[in-house]
Amino acid sequence: MNFDDTPEEAAFRAKAREWVQANAPKEYEAELSQASLGRITLKKGDMVEVGKAWQKKKSDAGWACLSWPKEYGGRGATPIEKVIWQQEEGVYGKLTQPFQIGEGMCGPTVMAFGSEDDKRRRLPKLASGEEIWCQLFSEPAGGSDVAGLRTRAERDGDDWIINGQKIWTSGAHYADWGLLITRTDPNVPKHKGLTMFFLDMKSKGVEVKPIKQANGMQEFNEVYFTDVRIPDSQRLGNVGDGWNVSLTTLMNERMSIGSRLATGFPEIFAFCSDLMTDDGLAIDDAAVRAKLADWAVKSSGLKYTAYRSLSALSRGERPGPENSIGKLVAGTMVQDIAAFAMDLQGAAGVITDPATAEAAGRFQAMWLGSPGMRIAGGTDEILRNIIAERVLGLPGDIRVDKDVPFNKIPTKGR
Amino acid sequence: MNFEFSDDQKQLRDQARRFLAEKCPPKAVRAVLEGSAGYDKALWSGLAEMGFLGVAIPEEFGGTGAGHLELCVIAEEMGRALAPVPFSSTVYLAAEALMLAGSDAQKQKWLPKIASGEAIGTLALFEGPGNPSPQAIKVAAANGVLNGVKKPVADGAIADFAIIAARVGAGGRETDIALYLVDLKAGGIEAKTLTNLDPSRNQAELTFKDCKAELLGAANEGWSILSRVLDRAGVLMAFEQVGGADRALEMGRDYALDRIAFGRQIGSFQAIKHILADMYVAATLARSNCYYGAWALSTNAGELPEAAATARISATQAFQHCSKQNIQVHGGMGFTWEFDCHLYYRRSNALALSLGSLSYWEDQLIERMRKKNAA
Repeated sequence: MNFDDTPEEAAFRAKAREWVQANAPKEYEAELSQASLGRITLKKGDMVEVGKAWQKKKSDAGWACLSWPKEYGGRGATPIEKVIWQQEEGVYGKLTQPFQIGEGMCGPTVMAFGSEDDKRRRLPKLASGEEIWCQLFSEPAGGSDVAGLRTRAERDGDDWIINGQKIWTSGAHYADWGLLITRTDPNVPKHKGLTMFFLDMKSKGVEVKPIKQANGMQEFNEVYFTDVRIPDSQRLGNVGDGWNVSLTTLMNERMSIGSRLATGFPEIFAFCSDLMTDDGLAIDDAAVRAKLADWAVKSSGLKYTAYRSLSALSRGERPGPENSIGKLVAGTMVQDIAAFAMDLQGAAGVITDPATAEAAGRFQAMWLGSPGMRIAGGTDEILRNIIAERVLGLPGDIRVDKDVPFNKIPTKGR
Repeated sequence: MNFEFSDDQKQLRDQARRFLAEKCPPKAVRAVLEGSAGYDKALWSGLAEMGFLGVAIPEEFGGTGAGHLELCVIAEEMGRALAPVPFSSTVYLAAEALMLAGSDAQKQKWLPKIASGEAIGTLALFEGPGNPSPQAIKVAAANGVLNGVKKPVADGAIADFAIIAARVGAGGRETDIALYLVDLKAGGIEAKTLTNLDPSRNQAELTFKDCKAELLGAANEGWSILSRVLDRAGVLMAFEQVGGADRALEMGRDYALDRIAFGRQIGSFQAIKHILADMYVAATLARSNCYYGAWALSTNAGELPEAAATARISATQAFQHCSKQNIQVHGGMGFTWEFDCHLYYRRSNALALSLGSLSYWEDQLIERMRKKNAA
């Protein structure tokens, strides 16, 4: 048992480290280090533009989309090499935010179901950051129940006509391409009538509107489709097989979102170490210590759980199911930690202005944003179902809508 | 990165699991729980024959000399099977203390007997309510004799020898504490079994009256030795707890698959699934933290104090959570004497309270992290 690289891994790490040292945009290092949660904005420079420049530089040197095949803009690297790269890329990895959905979800789906021509035309540009992709799955009527989606695609000669609405689309406002799942047949049960496409986000009839979130920020969009035309050549997989296609995408989503998880623990530990209360330093209080210890072991547990998965990758094996706990643990932790930090601030905990708030208002911001962490990319409840069903082997829920034609499923609770 | 047990260590785990499945079914645990023997003598001999008692004891002292990673995998299996034997007292505490601080003669005398199953050892630290602290130790040592009362002492009424934390100075400082080795069969000691939460394990009160004792380690280093012993035992106990947590999770899962209510497997209800998913989360976090502890223990890493506290807290939480929720998944049947759920529930708390309770280790962890950050 050890934490050491194999000789091959060490050599790869050295190469990656050297390249990052020589090429990273160091002027953003401090700012990126401090950003721990949510979408990042840079003081000097537009996040997307800076990200694109970094991605292009990486791509030119063969450090983009590492696990993809070389002919599509990747490096053909092993999973453990990809992880080593992420460790060495460090804080600059945060610059790749606009490309993560493309790399982790859309790209692999196009790779699995697209024509050779599409793969060669689209994927290298995704890898080099020239084109950004978004994923158009969630709908107002289909969140956790993705297969309940209602956006229609109707055949018209060699084209399909799209009408409907998507929601919670990250990056739709700057994306060039979108991966879109639609309903092509409402007369069959819900999982059977779906079809996947990709489309040019500049197509006529596509309208993107930002969503103002509960925390006041705007990180996601609604996307409306009004008579949007997509050529049949941009269909991914067979008509009616969209659900199976989407499983490829979603499987990658949970993996990629879980890879860089913030828990808030380093922040709360530092805060309690310095906070002077009437009874002395907060960290000397037994009740504070008990809470810190609880979060410390969760945070450490997540770290070493990831190490166990990495060890499996290092041996060339698939990581075990232990991976699936990350977001479930981290989401609640962030929320609890933020609430506790504000409690320690007493009445002043209500202040959010970074200029006057304790700890520059970071816990208030964390708290306001944390409900989203417990929902995005699979709610806590969906994640528990996944653990229960796929890891522990418990039976699936009894589904009342499974064999019912989609257009016969009730749409209102009362 | 190779943060995993080796194939040989996994084989040893399988071997221990098979052995315990055969020799230590729940029936054997119940026999001790409901009887008066204090431990399962046949199982204890069997463990010695398998070489499991001396797995971390060097060959020159009668062990197999395999190492602490090997001991970790065996500890996990002992916890999973709820083995009703003085394994933790003898192997994690007494043997570790001897190996850390014993003279050659002391090691020669006791370690081979531990490995062969001839001697049961324990550590007598606590004196009533409270957690490990030099101030709490009142048993006094003077002129090579001990006087005072220790309770509870795990496996105290069945042990052949004990290591006793005693006060040699008056100030209650760490340097006022020394460790003593006492042959419990030699006289001057009264051992009384205490009724306790988990009667599948013995708990006792030991009264020392002018009891002859020999120093273990230097007289002013007792507390520092003890701290190191507790850290090492903390990791090993954490493995035992993770084994118990995993088994409680399996029991709950199996019952949720077998039991039908409202015309369906109860495991198809999200209310039950989510309980079991949370048990899995707790057990997984604890296992990963235990691996960290195992690494630190086996390499004598500087991180051991922090890693031990981390593993111990996480595993205590996991075993308590899983054993408690296992009863909940079982519903009414889980609260019967007949079902095995309460055996795990009892053991989870008995282990949680040994070696210092959860709040003690939480305090220790934060203190240790703070020192590290300050350094």
